[in-house]
Amino acid sequence: MIAIVDYGAGNIFSVKNALDYLNIDSVLTANEKEIENADAIILPGVGAFPAAINKLHESGLTDVIRKEAKRKPFLGICLGMQMLFEKSYEFCESDGLGLISGSIEKMEKPGFIIPHMGWNKLEYGTDCPILHGIGDDAYVYFVHSYEAVTDEKYIAAWVEYSGHVPAMVYDGGTVYGAQFHPEKSGDTGLAILRNFGGLIK
Amino acid sequence: MLAKRIIPCLDVRDGKVVKGVKFEGVRDVGDPVELAEIYNKQGADEIVFYDITASYEKRGVILDVVRETAKRVFVPLTVGGGIKTVDDIRNTLRAGADKVSVNSQAVQNPSLIKDGADIFGSQCICVGIDAKKIADNKWTVFINGGRVDMKLDLIDWVRKVEELGAGEICLNSIDADGTKEGFDLPMLKAVCDAVSIPVIASGGAGKINDFAEVFEKTNATAALAASLFHFGELTVGDVKEHCRSREIAMRVK
Repeated sequence: MIAIVDYGAGNIFSVKNALDYLNIDSVLTANEKEIENADAIILPGVGAFPAAINKLHESGLTDVIRKEAKRKPFLGICLGMQMLFEKSYEFCESDGLGLISGSIEKMEKPGFIIPHMGWNKLEYGTDCPILHGIGDDAYVYFVHSYEAVTDEKYIAAWVEYSGHVPAMVYDGGTVYGAQFHPEKSGDTGLAILRNFGGLIK
Repeated sequence: MLAKRIIPCLDVRDGKVVKGVKFEGVRDVGDPVELAEIYNKQGADEIVFYDITASYEKRGVILDVVRETAKRVFVPLTVGGGIKTVDDIRNTLRAGADKVSVNSQAVQNPSLIKDGADIFGSQCICVGIDAKKIADNKWTVFINGGRVDMKLDLIDWVRKVEELGAGEICLNSIDADGTKEGFDLPMLKAVCDAVSIPVIASGGAGKINDFAEVFEKTNATAALAASLFHFGELTVGDVKEHCRSREIAMRVK
């Protein structure tokens, strides 16, 4: 059972729809026990960082997420990926979950359209179990204006957009983060979610 | 490298696709969910439902279409037509749409763009614009399906739309629409130069070359077509393969 953390931000139904389509059991939840008992956790998110992290704090789930993320497969998606880091500078400086070292900063790409929106091609970095078998020429769907600034060792995949933009981050243990939306990335995205589901022992 | 997008648009009335649609192996040719699945398999980068349901009572039907599609198709979904209020936007997004497209209502009530962007984020507010040439390098904005000239300068309007927080513009040329003679390149160029948000080209696609041409000659980030794909004259896959052969970045699948 995958717990999809429902803290009142963003369109979480599309993540649920994708897991249902793949026949992977999941539940939308804001319940601490359910998150503790789940086999894996997905933290979705759309919108602005400060509002989302505040909602997560208000839901009282921050501590259980920090603890459980190190014990079982944990995937942050889009803003949920950004929340894995220590700090964000969207609108103001705010603290993230601190599961991976690094920060979230505004994309500065002179001459390029921001937000970075659309399909971009994955290029691979650090080995990452949920990207196994995804292959070359794999495109995934992005919508974001801020990006992760982190050590190269955490970058499992990036895309080219006036320089490298982190697409998938991985702490080498249980914590994964996708800047793109796997639930909106066609067959490639579904394959990544299937791989994530496959991590459950 | 960001791929250029190919977007099929389905006109839907009372939950059924308008215009005859010819596809082999399709049981119900009027079922928008099934057609969305077919476009998805062909490699559509996004799917647009344009709701032309006239009666207010039947407005909920399109939301059922979106809800069902979102369970089976995992690419971005956009819904346009009939969206008048922030509540309409909310309901459409909650049903599983990733973006809404506002057109006439945005011209009559520009605050809809700002309110929508402030509440739900710019990324989900696309502004659809129908425009027509009135002189060299001069176009005006029309509403109500291209029937009413608002005497509003296109370039002034796209700048305003961007300032209000729209995430994207879908630009339909009334002059090119239905001609099958290619996209309206001068109009697209003028709009792409005026704003820094993504612009979707719409109206005029008639042959495979038209898509590559719009990407080679303008900064449009996506191209939209309806009847061309419905009648099976071209598949989304054909178009993408052709664009790739001309070294335009395209998602394979």
